[in-house]
Amino acid sequence: MIKLSKSDYEKILAHAEKELPNEACGLIAGTVENGDKIIKEVYLLTNIDHSNEHFTLDPKEQLAAIKDMRSKGYVPLGNWHSHPESPSRPSEEDKRLAYDSKASYMILSLMNRAEPVLNSFKITGDTAKKEELIIED
Amino acid sequence: MKITVAGVNKEVADNLTVAQLVIDEKVETPEYVTVTINDEFVESGAFESTTLKDGDVVEFLYFMGGGQ
Repeated sequence: MIKLSKSDYEKILAHAEKELPNEACGLIAGTVENGDKIIKEVYLLTNIDHSNEHFTLDPKEQLAAIKDMRSKGYVPLGNWHSHPESPSRPSEEDKRLAYDSKASYMILSLMNRAEPVLNSFKITGDTAKKEELIIED
Repeated sequence: MKITVAGVNKEVADNLTVAQLVIDEKVETPEYVTVTINDEFVESGAFESTTLKDGDVVEFLYFMGGGQ
């Protein structure tokens, strides 16, 4: 299970909407308690692909985020990105480039702008499994 | 000599190369890893020729990307 605060969800959503028509992306960090991931910090990074079909995190911003996580005592929990025009599920490319089976891969679909959908996945090889995501106040 | 790898202080052999460190640290999918030394990015083709120095701070950054 992975927990995200409503305010952090809104932070992701606002950034993803601002970056339209391109994909937006970032990192998530926090703590692991009894096997549950608690997101304490959401990082909004630049998609250096500047594309509506692909994303790559800016390595310099990634480095800064890793240092910030460490300074706060958080661990990297995974990443997030948006799908401006497709559902909230990993694409073949998402799966191919998901090297870490322990990470959570969050995907925000803006396909229906009125009803954004955020899901979180664990990806092992070419298999993606949805994990329980709790968004709480 | 002493270096810091991903925030952890380590004692390593003198003249250790980045390529050897990647092996020693059992980095998964090294083809998707970018290395920084003291915040400077190391070209992926220079792992063999880059030697670490005492006090260096090393980070491994994993490529993160995808597409819809």
